[in-house]
Amino acid sequence: MAEIVLNALAHTYSRKPNAPQDYAIRQMNQVWEQGGAYALLGPSGCGKSTLLNIISGLLEPSDGEILFDGVKVNSLPPEERNIAQVFQFPVIYDTMTVFDNLAFPLRNMKTPAHLIQSKVHEIADILELSPLLHKKAKNLTADEKQKVSMGRGLVRDNVSAILFDEPLTVIDPQLKWKLRRKLKQIHDQFNITMIYVTHDQLEAATFADKIAVMYEGQIVQFGSPHELFENPKHTFVGYFIGSPGMNFMNVQLEEQHFVFEDMKLKVPEKILDKIQHLPYESIKLGIRPEFVHVWDKKNDEAYEVDVIDSEDLGTYHIMTFKLRNQLLKARLHEDQRIPKHKAWISFPDQWLKVYVNEYLVEADDE
Amino acid sequence: MNKIENNKAWFLVLPVFVLVAFSAIIPLMTVVNYSVQDVFDTNTRYFVGTEWFKAILNDAALQSALMKQFMFSFTTLSIEIPLGIGIALLMPKRGMAASLCLVLIALPLLIPLNVVGTIWQIFTRSDIGLMGWSLREMGVAYNISRNPVDAWATIILMDVWHWTPLIALLCYSGLRSIPEAYYQAARIDRASRWAIFRYIQLPKLTNVLIIGILLRFMDSFMIYAEPFVLTGGGPGSSTTFLSQALTTMAIGQFDVGPAAAFSIIYFLIILAVSWVFYTTIMNMQKEK
Repeated sequence: MAEIVLNALAHTYSRKPNAPQDYAIRQMNQVWEQGGAYALLGPSGCGKSTLLNIISGLLEPSDGEILFDGVKVNSLPPEERNIAQVFQFPVIYDTMTVFDNLAFPLRNMKTPAHLIQSKVHEIADILELSPLLHKKAKNLTADEKQKVSMGRGLVRDNVSAILFDEPLTVIDPQLKWKLRRKLKQIHDQFNITMIYVTHDQLEAATFADKIAVMYEGQIVQFGSPHELFENPKHTFVGYFIGSPGMNFMNVQLEEQHFVFEDMKLKVPEKILDKIQHLPYESIKLGIRPEFVHVWDKKNDEAYEVDVIDSEDLGTYHIMTFKLRNQLLKARLHEDQRIPKHKAWISFPDQWLKVYVNEYLVEADDE
Repeated sequence: MNKIENNKAWFLVLPVFVLVAFSAIIPLMTVVNYSVQDVFDTNTRYFVGTEWFKAILNDAALQSALMKQFMFSFTTLSIEIPLGIGIALLMPKRGMAASLCLVLIALPLLIPLNVVGTIWQIFTRSDIGLMGWSLREMGVAYNISRNPVDAWATIILMDVWHWTPLIALLCYSGLRSIPEAYYQAARIDRASRWAIFRYIQLPKLTNVLIIGILLRFMDSFMIYAEPFVLTGGGPGSSTTFLSQALTTMAIGQFDVGPAAAFSIIYFLIILAVSWVFYTTIMNMQKEK
């Protein structure tokens, strides 16, 4: 059990890194508290697996520190960090039985045989592997194999953390849910720090208390699924989380207003104070499709838009519409009237987010 | 529905039938035919039943050749297999070094069999051969045409030199196909180097090793050209293996009948050993 701290950590695979792009992990500070259930969410190639391998010790970071309970472990190999890792494809020892697979890490640690017996049976019970204990591991199904690889992590006492690298990729959809619940249950039971890498936001949200969203080698936001949804700190988070992702509009700042084509939107005062003196490359306004207000009738605060398309997704509709030349989306309840051709929409202030250089600008007192 | 009777369709099988007949069945039947007859000349022949088979099985020289043959195959295999695996494990995994290694290791495989024999024949000569000369200079009495032990050792060394690369290459390709995650998981499970070999690498090599062992067994059991060139089967008959004995009998002495019976027995032995080996391995792998 351990608290894992990343201190100015960075990693590059190139020998002579010049630009930030050369870094698979750009400098980051991050604390994974003991006993937390975390997800590391991001698209392929964003550095999730690299970060995971640095935490487990399969990879030594090129810069910065990694601390387990305050002790620097940068150059400690995985075996000395007492960490467990479950990989994308189940790794099992083909020639061994399920029992021997589970006992393997214990035998490598020269644990007395009677302790191995009791520990393996305990874990097998939790993972519902008991009936399979004497089967050859190579004849198991993919989800059983993945449970065996998980079990090998769990049999050891006091593992600092269990790391999962997209462990459900090869599992059938209906079993995914079951296995994910099992993970959650194990987390509650053992109070082990778990870090779960995935590119599936649903998987991340159901598993983790807190999600770290990674993008281009950085953690762009670390927060609860709720926070990520309501208050994305970076345009990427807005775009990546939610389905469909956040709507964005490129705007210019002119005096007191954001200008979007021929439209003028008033800038809230607190935000204006903050961005007025900021050098910027881009300003974007973002709003989630869920928060776009669709009116039944024309009214003063609503903009008239052309409805392009409407998709029925069962319990809700996604309406695509054109505001000036920009395509945006809105999510409608199934009992809401679906506008045809023309619609009137507005953006509630509290949900309209301002992003300068892709990062959220917040009013301070929020 | 009425099934249309059209037996002419059977003619479509004819090409395959002809091909197999000429490539396998007819030559084999010819041998069977000879093996049960005593042939004097093209017009004079007598049916002798299983007599040649009995004679061959009771022939002391052939029995000893068979024993030597088994000894030889067993010895070379038990050296080449572990050595090949070892080399594959030590080979660099990527980059220029890996390519260079592969080419260097594969070189002996590219040399024609009788050239291998010739190379080693010269290599072992005490007047001009590097090994023979060096050993003589070191005071070692080494002579493959007088001392059977020297002859055996040299033939085995030659075979190991020639064929270990095959095993090494097969194993190397097998090792390369193991995903990195297995090694990472093993590190996390604190597996020792030996445990990684025993529980990850060796199981993943089983399939290539089966092929390797079968190929090497068959080839070593049929070895002919190399010892023929190197020692000529001597000194005495100490390195006369089965195929050389057979050649002498069939072509040298023109004993077609016994040679045919011998061929059939030879063939059946290889078939039987390969089959036993293969089924044993397969049964060992059988699912519980």
